[in-house]
Amino acid sequence: MLAETLLVARKDLRVEWRAKVALGQVAPLALLILVVLAFALDANSSLLELGAGGLYWVAVLYGGTLLIQRSFDVETDDGNMDAFRMSAIGAPSLFLGKSLALFVQIGLLELVLGSGIALLYNVRVTDWVLLFVAAVAGTVAFSVCGVLWGVMSAGLRVRATLLPLLLVPVLAPILLAGSRAFETALGVRADAGWTWASLMFVIAAIHTAIGLGAFGFLLEEG
Amino acid sequence: MTSTTRSNAKMTATPATRVLGVLAIAATALMAVLGLFISPADVIQGEAVRMLYLHVPSIWIAYGAFVLTSVSSILFLRARKRREDQGRHYDRLAGSAAEVGVVFTGITLITGMLWGKVTWGTYWQWDARLTTTILLFVTYLGYLALRRLPADPMVRSQRAAVMALISFINVPIVHYSVDWWRTLHQKASLSVGRRPEITGEMYWTLLYSTLAVTIVATWLMIHRYRVIRLEELRDEEALAALISSRLKNDDGSN
Repeated sequence: MLAETLLVARKDLRVEWRAKVALGQVAPLALLILVVLAFALDANSSLLELGAGGLYWVAVLYGGTLLIQRSFDVETDDGNMDAFRMSAIGAPSLFLGKSLALFVQIGLLELVLGSGIALLYNVRVTDWVLLFVAAVAGTVAFSVCGVLWGVMSAGLRVRATLLPLLLVPVLAPILLAGSRAFETALGVRADAGWTWASLMFVIAAIHTAIGLGAFGFLLEEG
Repeated sequence: MTSTTRSNAKMTATPATRVLGVLAIAATALMAVLGLFISPADVIQGEAVRMLYLHVPSIWIAYGAFVLTSVSSILFLRARKRREDQGRHYDRLAGSAAEVGVVFTGITLITGMLWGKVTWGTYWQWDARLTTTILLFVTYLGYLALRRLPADPMVRSQRAAVMALISFINVPIVHYSVDWWRTLHQKASLSVGRRPEITGEMYWTLLYSTLAVTIVATWLMIHRYRVIRLEELRDEEALAALISSRLKNDDGSN
């Protein structure tokens, strides 16, 4: 199962490496979102410092949704979903492999955005461990939710608008938990940052369990 | 209108549902009288308490409708495994229940906002109960959007069924949000195993309102179920007509 998972993840990452959409288009666009959000707050540096955690996760939400969309577009456009169904690779491996590939891509996006808020919003980190754990927890949760809901809209004609509608309400608790944990890590809020980070792991675990059970079912006749 | 559609047209209006419809109107009228005139104003909340007679039953109906959606979805997925043509009934039931659930969640949000304006001085507070309720509302709007997509009906129903099961996770979160987090929203007025927060005429009015709203919701659900069935028949007939005209054309050209 591990070999199959890595095979699927490698396939997705190789496709992405050749197309360079994540780093070439999505990351610059997400950075642009950070700039636009600063404009919306009148470039008020104290407000930006206070809201940096939340604004960061909004940019991740935007960029992440595009990456999730793309992860399934490359499969459906070339009829790869049929190839998946015909292949001997198990549905749980497909689910985990695609999640792993998305984890890497969203993680890279977060590195770019993290540098962006450090430079543009002038933030100072007070708890690096919490920041790292919260970022990992949020990325895992984004990835597994993305794959689960991405396959739900895969192959449908209006998937471009459907996916965000299905995904954003599910990602909203992750956005909330990530923002609170980051605010604690950035020293803006004396709050239970670790509890919020744990909540993201719980959300990720629930969606992983559902994904492992339902992914094969959702792949059928898509 | 073709003969099949005509023979099924009465499906949205049987004598039993006409009686239920009349009952729903009468029950709603009595609920309005009890809620607006008979029941007294609250010592603290004043006249705003009357909003509760619609607000509380609406969310209970929404919860019930979402439970029905989930149970029907499980039954659909089980029936679908046995035979492809089986389970359509459960799928229609899930769809009609979700529609009713969304409508009543919307009513809950609107009445809650109006109550909030009077009591808290603002229509909206980023309180755990309000926030989780609007997420529940949007999640099930997404479910309804998925059901309306132009795709193979069985694929669509299958995905919708899985989505219904995942979306249901939100229901206990909404209900217990007032216990799990510190919220502005008051605790449940009525709940199983706990002494009611209200008594006397208010208590009975609230109980009666729950019954009246249940009748209205049942009537709506039955009609939505029948309309969904009619839509399916229309699509099947349109497809059959298309195939038959294509076959005729092929015969003509040969």
